[in-house]
Amino acid sequence: MTAMTAPMGKFGQSVKRVEDSRLITGNGRYVDDLVLPGQTYASFVRSAYAHARIGAIDVSAAEAMPGVVKILTGQDLVEGGLFTLPSGWNLTSIDGTPARVGVHHALAVDTVRFVGEPVALVIAETRGQARDAADSVFVEYEELPTVVDMAAALGPDAPRLHADIPSNRAFTWDIGNAAEADAAFARATRRVSLELRNNRLVPNAMEPRAINAEWRSFDSSMTIHLTHQNPIGMRVLFMMLLGLESENHLRVVSPDVGGGFGSKAAAYAEELVVAFAARAVGRPVKWTAERTESFLTDAHGRDHVTKAELAMDDHGRFLGLKVHTLANLGGYISTSNALVVSYMYATMLCGQYAIPAVHAVVEGVYTNTCPVDAYRGAGRPEAAYVIERLAHLAAREIGVDQAEIRRRNFVKTFPHQTPLVYCYDSGDYEGCLDEALRLADYAGFEQRRTEARARGKLRGIGLSAYVEACGIGPSKLLASLGGGGGMWESCEIRVQPAGSVEVLTGAHNHGQGHQTVYAQIISERFGIPMDRITVVQGDTDRIQAGTGTYGSRASVGLSAAVRSCDKIIDKGRHIVGYMLGIDPGEVDFADGIYTSAATNQTVAFTEMVHAAHAATQFPTDQLEPGLVATSFFDPPNFTYPAGVHVCEVEIDPETGVTEVVAFNAADDFGNVANPMIVEGQVHGGLTQGIAQALWENAVYDPDTAQLMTASYMDYGMPRADSLPEFGLAFWPSPTPVNPLGMKGCGEAGAIGSPPAVINAVCDALGIAHVDMPASPEKIWRLCQERQEVA
Amino acid sequence: MTDITLTVNGRDHVVETEDRTLLVHLLRDELRLTGAHVGCDTSQCGACTVHVDGKAVKSCTMLAVQADGADILTIEGLANGRELHPMQAAFHEHHGLQCGFCTPGMIMMAIDIARRHPQPDAATVRAELEGNLCRCTGYHNIVKAVVAGAQRMGEPA
Repeated sequence: MTAMTAPMGKFGQSVKRVEDSRLITGNGRYVDDLVLPGQTYASFVRSAYAHARIGAIDVSAAEAMPGVVKILTGQDLVEGGLFTLPSGWNLTSIDGTPARVGVHHALAVDTVRFVGEPVALVIAETRGQARDAADSVFVEYEELPTVVDMAAALGPDAPRLHADIPSNRAFTWDIGNAAEADAAFARATRRVSLELRNNRLVPNAMEPRAINAEWRSFDSSMTIHLTHQNPIGMRVLFMMLLGLESENHLRVVSPDVGGGFGSKAAAYAEELVVAFAARAVGRPVKWTAERTESFLTDAHGRDHVTKAELAMDDHGRFLGLKVHTLANLGGYISTSNALVVSYMYATMLCGQYAIPAVHAVVEGVYTNTCPVDAYRGAGRPEAAYVIERLAHLAAREIGVDQAEIRRRNFVKTFPHQTPLVYCYDSGDYEGCLDEALRLADYAGFEQRRTEARARGKLRGIGLSAYVEACGIGPSKLLASLGGGGGMWESCEIRVQPAGSVEVLTGAHNHGQGHQTVYAQIISERFGIPMDRITVVQGDTDRIQAGTGTYGSRASVGLSAAVRSCDKIIDKGRHIVGYMLGIDPGEVDFADGIYTSAATNQTVAFTEMVHAAHAATQFPTDQLEPGLVATSFFDPPNFTYPAGVHVCEVEIDPETGVTEVVAFNAADDFGNVANPMIVEGQVHGGLTQGIAQALWENAVYDPDTAQLMTASYMDYGMPRADSLPEFGLAFWPSPTPVNPLGMKGCGEAGAIGSPPAVINAVCDALGIAHVDMPASPEKIWRLCQERQEVA
Repeated sequence: MTDITLTVNGRDHVVETEDRTLLVHLLRDELRLTGAHVGCDTSQCGACTVHVDGKAVKSCTMLAVQADGADILTIEGLANGRELHPMQAAFHEHHGLQCGFCTPGMIMMAIDIARRHPQPDAATVRAELEGNLCRCTGYHNIVKAVVAGAQRMGEPA
């Protein structure tokens, strides 16, 4: 393809993806694909008990086995000076005390606190030899009583997980104003309340976690290839935890990453141990999780038990909201969980509604389960589920339509300061609702219900109007809430002498299509074909600054790219000014051409590029040669994508099977750079949310705390045959928060859909509530009860 | 250890392999064909799907020694030089992939589906893809890609 005919990018067009060519031909490069000279392989010895004291660890038999290079235990790590895993967010309890963070050794030292916790690491010449030897490491365990249920864990006689913490309660945090909420409830004439569980999920990125770590003793430096959403962040953290001299002594590379969904944003024990091991053996060490290990140890999602109450007047106007949530931390506080359960959850509890008085309390509870952390939506799905279930009940209580109760309470003017810290930037909630209702043929529903009844099916419809906070984030605000700040994103643009462009971003693509969208936007700005643009990511030798991809923050990175484009174009104006002998202020730029209105002369972008590098047509003491620009974009606020999801289900009362027969969504993502990619993100998010509502559930045995759903045979993954075709529409209100007006779309599907599904199920059965997942067994029992009543 | 002979993507190989080695590990670790991926340990996800003697097989469900004498096609052998197989082109055209990890297995399975169901409708494709897991796409565009790719496979070249 010649440069003349190569496609030009344009914002808003469904440009096909650049990254596909390698991925559809088997040329993707994921961490496990890499084999280094002198490669060794690691296998973990894991606790089969959920709570036990570790006695003697006998490695003698394993050490004598073929191919074994080294075996490490928790004690070796302590003696080697490896730091313990930190909580990445400082949360303060109501009483002013800091959250009580249990010590998390990368390999358990005296006590194991959940099934699958790593106890020792075997390094061997082959994967099989490592696995064989790991099976021969003998660990003495003294079993301790376990606790899975959060209420039980808070009881006076509960087994305590961390000896140095007086109870299993890590923190009791609150937000909002208790007195105002009480006053609102005293004034209210109507109220609805609900107790619900937000089920625990296993993220299940299709590529399991993997690391290949290499130590170079001659300069005391390390390179790790790591499947991760935030390689640059991990460089700083691993540098500190391993005790390396500086950032320059650690290179982190995250090549093609096979899905993240939040689960690859955390810092994990296993990866830290493997990095430590590579230094200990002086050879590259590779570990790739087996799927069972992923189930047991990838940070799980959700797992809340919540009591919520909504106060209203006689017209169903929301006056006050009270929420109390127990958030399951698991055995330890994972990297971001203290943030996820507080400022990413409770801040969003008002949803799309103008609720004047709110108070929410969150208690973080240790249990003998896998640590919990960010999973697609991370706190915001839990919030949307609470408020959207309450809105559904409110409509029932007042006796108005599901859509009408929402309409009466929508935030209507923007910016809107909520009583929960955040300030919604823009939106058109009512317009979006109307669009969703139109898409779903809401008006025709009762006819479809009647028709289904004739076939023996119970048909129901459910709405969900969600709003979320994206584009993390405003550094100063986040620091004031307990974070470390530094949540900007960077982008460097290098224009090469022959006119090709290299884009270096600290954001990380693991399925989102960044290579395409960055190229698309920069192509349009510079007026050059997309194939001249290469996007570089995920290697700290190339990119020094950035914070990765999670929380739908592509708009932050793209805004940095746009600013760098502006700097390049502006420098070009000065160069062209010298070339044409005119004032740079009189030089215009559009579609890849600099023009002078005064002299009618033109200079192509590529001619300007040559001139910038040749440095012969301008005085280099006044204008530097070369064409490189770097920008750091720190957004002034979050963005607040919002939308309305409409779900229709049909329930077979004979089997209890719920089928999603229609799902329509109208979403406000602000301006949409590439509709094809955005729709793909929504499809995936909706599927994860529908699956949470109907099938997915991580179940621990209440007595032994064994994970009962630790394989694809036991865990309800969504499959192609369990889903409908989705109907989508965009209803954009561009945000003023960034130069592109983009809000973010990655998590919306998983946030809005669970309440839409459950509201539809409740509508079909005429019930107030059923906990997720609405499994056939649960629904069948409800149908039986329903028949008895009838 | 056992010596086996097999043809992979048109090339003959004689390989010495451990008796317990799975076909997928032989392909990935010995032959360095890393397009087939390992996404689970219970033969459920289908990311390792290749063609063995013309049929889609999860390459984690058989031992390498069972492939002695077999003719194997992996994702790497599908395109004719730079010319994509119609199913590969359809996945690109219909945005049937995001992170790309399940994609090689999806494409190899999709070709098998198209051979057995020359003009499949969406429902057939959904039912046939039951053994391949994807976490990114919600299957929506994969189904569209397979329907379109099967259509194109049926057209004269």
